[in-house]
Amino acid sequence: MRRVFRGSGVLRASALIAITCTSLASLTSCKRETRRLRESPPSATPGGAVRVSSLQPGVAQDTTHARNLYEGNAYAVSEGQRLFNWYNCSGCHANGGGGMGPPLIDDEWIYGAGPEQIYTTIVQGRPNGMPSFAGKVPAQQVWQLVAYVRSLSGLNPASTRSARTEHMMYYPGSQALPMETSPKQAFRPPASEMP
Amino acid sequence: MARCRPDVSRSCVWALTSAKRMCGVLTLGVALIMAQACTREQTPERAHDPAVPAAPAMAGPRASVALDAEDGQWTMPAKSYSAARFSQLGEITADNVKSLRPAWSFSTSVLRGHEEPPIVVNNTMYVLTPYPNILYALDLTQPGAPKKWQYEPKPESAAQGVACCDVVNRGPSFADGKIVFNTLDNNVVAVDAATGNALWKTKVGDINTGETMTMAPLVVKGKVLVGNSGGEMGVRGWLKALDLASGKLLWTAYSTGPDSEVKIGSRFKAFYPKDRGKDLGVKSWPGEQWKIGGGTVWGWLSYDPQLNLVYYGTANPGPWNPDQRPGDNKWTSSLMARDPDTGDAVWAFQMSPHDLHDYDGVNESILLDVPWKGQTRKALLHPDRNGYVYLMDRSTGEVLSANPFVHITTSRQVNLANGSLEYVSEKEPEIGKVVRDICPASPGGKDWQPSSFSPRTGLVYIPHQNLCEDEEGLEANYIAGTPYVGMNVRMYEGPGGHRGELTAWDPIAARPAWKLTEKYPVWSGTLVTAGDVVFYGTMDGWFKAVDARNGKPLWQYRTGSGIIGQPVTYRGPDGKQYVAVMAGVGGWAGAIVAGNLDPRDSTAALGFAAAMKDLPSDTQKGGTLYVFALP
Repeated sequence: MRRVFRGSGVLRASALIAITCTSLASLTSCKRETRRLRESPPSATPGGAVRVSSLQPGVAQDTTHARNLYEGNAYAVSEGQRLFNWYNCSGCHANGGGGMGPPLIDDEWIYGAGPEQIYTTIVQGRPNGMPSFAGKVPAQQVWQLVAYVRSLSGLNPASTRSARTEHMMYYPGSQALPMETSPKQAFRPPASEMP
Repeated sequence: MARCRPDVSRSCVWALTSAKRMCGVLTLGVALIMAQACTREQTPERAHDPAVPAAPAMAGPRASVALDAEDGQWTMPAKSYSAARFSQLGEITADNVKSLRPAWSFSTSVLRGHEEPPIVVNNTMYVLTPYPNILYALDLTQPGAPKKWQYEPKPESAAQGVACCDVVNRGPSFADGKIVFNTLDNNVVAVDAATGNALWKTKVGDINTGETMTMAPLVVKGKVLVGNSGGEMGVRGWLKALDLASGKLLWTAYSTGPDSEVKIGSRFKAFYPKDRGKDLGVKSWPGEQWKIGGGTVWGWLSYDPQLNLVYYGTANPGPWNPDQRPGDNKWTSSLMARDPDTGDAVWAFQMSPHDLHDYDGVNESILLDVPWKGQTRKALLHPDRNGYVYLMDRSTGEVLSANPFVHITTSRQVNLANGSLEYVSEKEPEIGKVVRDICPASPGGKDWQPSSFSPRTGLVYIPHQNLCEDEEGLEANYIAGTPYVGMNVRMYEGPGGHRGELTAWDPIAARPAWKLTEKYPVWSGTLVTAGDVVFYGTMDGWFKAVDARNGKPLWQYRTGSGIIGQPVTYRGPDGKQYVAVMAGVGGWAGAIVAGNLDPRDSTAALGFAAAMKDLPSDTQKGGTLYVFALP
């Protein structure tokens, strides 16, 4: 059932949602709008070893990524979007296209795209300029940021991505416009015609 | 044989003596040729001396400039204290430049934007890279200029995270046997020019408050003058003087704050009433906003030894969002004149009060002597980001003329009666409102890329961009060590559809003599020579020579990466004239390539990536020095 939802846009699938929400199998999808007020996030810090390399000497162990409970929750993603500006992430990564920091809307992940990898990147910082936010941002908010950052390149369920923004700049990870397939060669219409 | 060649980069007397000393076997014939060459290229103290340049290249009254005797070297980025970037070497001319060809090249092993010039002293070329700020010394007396040594200051890698606009460096300076330069992590370093040993290293800033250093120091009277970068990070700007011999801090002049810290005292006299008053660096700000108000000093300094004044500009106020800082925000986006001995301000002039669009005032001031209404004025010419070329009296700060050199929608004019910039209120950004067609865009009519001036043509060669933008104000949060901007920006090409221009500006008529257009912003400096050739580079990697008199294209060569460096020229140990430039795209304009940015987000790189979407298909990363000569 999850596969069905992943492939559907929210607007087009509203009828489908109405139907499937009545089935027990679709409970996870209906959590899209859940407000998690009393929170127990995946864990305060990611469990086990967080690897930023896929190369492991000897027998490979523990290659699964941690699951971020916020991943399928639209409210948490939108909170992540607010915090992304609040903590000045946008100052370096812009609205995902990058600037002082690397872009987040493309498919290149220097330190890994897994939720626990992004979590540790934010908390620990990285040697070439990413500051360490350890002790500055509560764990719950970091997980919300992780959910939003992954949404920028379409790594979370489409149903949780933010809708059209009111700002000058649309968020490429939002549902305002379809994602393009060849990012760095792509040309946008002239600025005056943009939303 | 190469070793036996006398050093013609010094005075001819010196060269001939040294020739005798070093090479006993030197034949009379060679000596005669030498002497002849020296007669040709030896130059007097002042360029307006009738002897050299022999004949003006253009008719009519011309501005002139104070130049040192031509020694064939290039010891500081702007070549001379007057910042003219004019070489009196005349072997390469508008007639023969078409035969120019590469002599040798050198890879810097760094992939980020190379805005720096190579400098040439004592038959050695010094090449400073962007972060990690490696200094190479190349031996010009040997074929192919092999490396003599390299010095690695090993700046903190975290500094890259607070550099607003790529991790560039704008060059080293030579003085008293030392190469001095700034590192990205706020160290000023002096290295022995002969051995490459570090002599002193002084830390003057903190990356945790957002400070970095990217500017080229200017050495004046045994003092190393340096300033900070970080106007996008809520940094408080300053200019500091360090003792060249010891590296000890001598004085600090802040750009904001009380007069005592801005070093405004009894000698200060602003020309216009708008710039007069006590503690304007505090009173023109809300609360204590001046402490994080910007006004950094990351651009160019010039120096008049007779008036004993240094001139430099201060950067934008922070944050960009103007709603959060009502007031004039002094002394941001201003020109300052200071006594280098004490740091005391003698005059100041704010070009863009309460700056609305990131119009830094850090661009170069070229010190010209200009015939003006029947008398010769000691002037400075400053092409500002706000789109006007200011011609000012450099003794007093009076504006003689201020005319636009690009399309401007953000202001109506500079009022010469009171020196004020008359803003167009419809173009003021606001929180939550998108304002369109803001021209020039935030990098301004012209950014850091330095102009040159030829006393032979009397023209200033201004490399610049032709960009406009849309802006939307956002609330900016101050978190030390993170960006403090509060603006969504997206840029696009200005009228005409081209994004770059080279403007030859006539300072007396205060209008362009001619203009060339380029596809991309001209983000490189310009160089002009006594051969009446202007050199500059383009972001798609063309190194170009045009006729200084009329802009006629004469020659071009495609380098391996986009050019944003500062071309220089020098006389080699073999007596030939060489032209050198760094290739290596990057900087704010080239961040889309240097930082692999994704232009689907049109606010990437503070909106610059939107205007440069096609650059990645036209050039690649990579720092290389190219050196050219006639066959």
